[in-house]
Amino acid sequence: MALTLSEDQLLLRETAQTFLADNSPVKRMRDLRDENDATGFTRALWKEMADLGWVGILLSEEHGGSEMGLAELGVVLLECGRVLAPEPLLSSVLLGGNAVRLSGNEALQKDVLPALATGDRLLAMALEESGRFAPYATLTTAKESGGSYTIDGTKRYVLDGHVADQIVVVARTSGSAGDRDGLALLLVDANAAGVSIERTSMIDGRNAAHVKLEGVEVGADRLLGNADLLDSVLDQATAALAAEMLGTTEEAFERTLAYLKDREQFGVKIGTFQALKHRAGEMFAELEFARSIMLDALSAVDEGRDDAPQAVSAAKAQCSKAARLIGAEAIQMHGGTGMTDEEDIGLFFKRLKAAEVSLGDATYHQRRFASLQGY
Amino acid sequence: MADLEAFKEEVRAFIAEHCPQELRVGNRMDIPGELLGPWVKALADRGWITPDWPTEYGGGGLDRKATAALRAELKAVRAPIISSFGTSMLGPTLLEYGTEEQKKKHLIPISKHSIRWCQGFSEPGSGSDLASLQCRAERDGDEFVITGQKIWTTGADRADWIFCLVRTDFDAPKHEGISFVLFPMNQPGVEVAPLQLIDGTAHFSQVFFDGARGSVDDLVGPANGGWTVAKKLLQHERSTDGSSDGGIGGSAKETIVDFVKREVGMEDGVLADPTIRERLAAQEIDKRCLGLTMRRAAEEARAGQINRDISSIGKFRWANMVKNEQDIAMDAAGTQGLGWEGAGFEANQLERTRKWLITRADSIWGGTNEIQLNVIAKRVLGLPE
Repeated sequence: MALTLSEDQLLLRETAQTFLADNSPVKRMRDLRDENDATGFTRALWKEMADLGWVGILLSEEHGGSEMGLAELGVVLLECGRVLAPEPLLSSVLLGGNAVRLSGNEALQKDVLPALATGDRLLAMALEESGRFAPYATLTTAKESGGSYTIDGTKRYVLDGHVADQIVVVARTSGSAGDRDGLALLLVDANAAGVSIERTSMIDGRNAAHVKLEGVEVGADRLLGNADLLDSVLDQATAALAAEMLGTTEEAFERTLAYLKDREQFGVKIGTFQALKHRAGEMFAELEFARSIMLDALSAVDEGRDDAPQAVSAAKAQCSKAARLIGAEAIQMHGGTGMTDEEDIGLFFKRLKAAEVSLGDATYHQRRFASLQGY
Repeated sequence: MADLEAFKEEVRAFIAEHCPQELRVGNRMDIPGELLGPWVKALADRGWITPDWPTEYGGGGLDRKATAALRAELKAVRAPIISSFGTSMLGPTLLEYGTEEQKKKHLIPISKHSIRWCQGFSEPGSGSDLASLQCRAERDGDEFVITGQKIWTTGADRADWIFCLVRTDFDAPKHEGISFVLFPMNQPGVEVAPLQLIDGTAHFSQVFFDGARGSVDDLVGPANGGWTVAKKLLQHERSTDGSSDGGIGGSAKETIVDFVKREVGMEDGVLADPTIRERLAAQEIDKRCLGLTMRRAAEEARAGQINRDISSIGKFRWANMVKNEQDIAMDAAGTQGLGWEGAGFEANQLERTRKWLITRADSIWGGTNEIQLNVIAKRVLGLPE
């Protein structure tokens, strides 16, 4: 397991940097937000990302992918995070798509994954029902009878759910909220009878949906798996999100550092003040801690290490901690400028908050880490 | 690779022959001399106290991979590793700055562990601002005459020699009038007074020089060029820090997790105090981050992928981590953590408390956290002066 990038990964990073520099300045994300774009990202660019092979990094060649690992996808996501690219890698590839990929359902894999890889089909995952992240708290029910399931419930914060063609719904076939047993992941068509989807705009300019499921019927052949599948999907998505947010955190740090070297008050650069220097050093340390443990989490997953869940929770906890510190300091050190919408640093601040909360914040993952470690 | 495997076999055979079971207890201060002595000699005969030094100076002449393999094998069986100011700080500095004569004279005894060194840097008036030091050396023929005072000198009461920063030019700017000299401790004009610390120990001393003498042949680097040598040596000191998790109190016999579990108790499989539980988890994650970051620093250096020098954060984050661990232990123990001695306290409670006290030094010695952050801001982040 290496904590540095391989030759191939360096090449991939360079390709991603060049592509994003040419096609995705931060202004693109700002314009999408300002225009309240109905999609929330650029479909043409998504198609190009698919052509570059990014969408299919995890997929097998049989399904139109390149069968690389999470470490490679992390390289791409980190670069996307630096420019705040809102394309649905997390929602469509790592949540919805990965639930299909990691399931044992070969028929669905054959139907869904090749279309995902080409960028023609979008997926999402409907997991959360209340504000605080609690993956087993599902109340949504899936009643089984006569070879099909009937789903009833309401889901929140379904990332990019407003444009998804198919949604992986986490529902309960038995037990009560909080039980790990009795969970089922089912693939539901967005246009199925009984599904209503309401788009919401989030602080980071991205979109999530409220999804209502009322008597939605799906065949038993739409069953993907149980809580084991959910755990695997969440671990991979969380590690990948850690990589993306590290990119955003890094860029927020670099921009703030540049500001400290440029901005003058009292006739000197504000970066000469020790009160700010020490804080910059603390930010640097948190950032680099986050990078190390994020890289470890990606390889823990790729190598199927026994402690991969611990490594992932440790990574999300640390990346969230770094994001919170650097996001807060970025605004504070930019002073009044940082409070204006015109200055880009606020866009980074808001994306970092969303990433911090998504898939469990630092506290959630610290507690999970403690439980996994036996205390 | 086959060679490396063969070498590992050789090390295992060596350990089997020379390291009895009762010696396999890690680096402890209380190992009896009759047990440690033969082990030190066996290591020294192979040059394995200083495995990566050239053989002509008593080293093992091993390359990086073999050195790492040797250390890993020794660590795996918890064999005591012989490390000292000589092996980790003065030796590497002499290899870089020493004359051929100085290397022959001083490196060989270090590699045999036969001469013990101490470090004379800090003074009562010169802590963080080390370059303001006032201890003076005046030339008298082929000798220096040294007058002044040093403080925080670890092991001065047992040391045979000292490497010492002295002022040799009082008119020059403060960094440019300092020399790096070596001289023996056992002579008239050297007086050592142990310094008792807040944890009750006296590992450090104050040292007073009143006309102590050293040979000009033992001046390391150019006269008045000692600051450069010292800075390099401090890098060796800092690079030895971030890698361990013990603190200067030595490594505890019981892990922090086990200690806290016992002090706080478990309820339904989790620690009974939810706040302590979260702090402990955060601490354990922090420890992982530090270990991984130090490993990444080494890997980046080897791969030539250094963007910014991340090893620079090791010292202060290590100090914070070690201190925080003891803070959690104290909070877990409550009033049982307040015991100094006497009945009613368990040995590991007393030990943790002393360790909590002594680890306060970790963010002070070897460059305070504040100095580390100054250095990071300037050298690593390029913030303006």
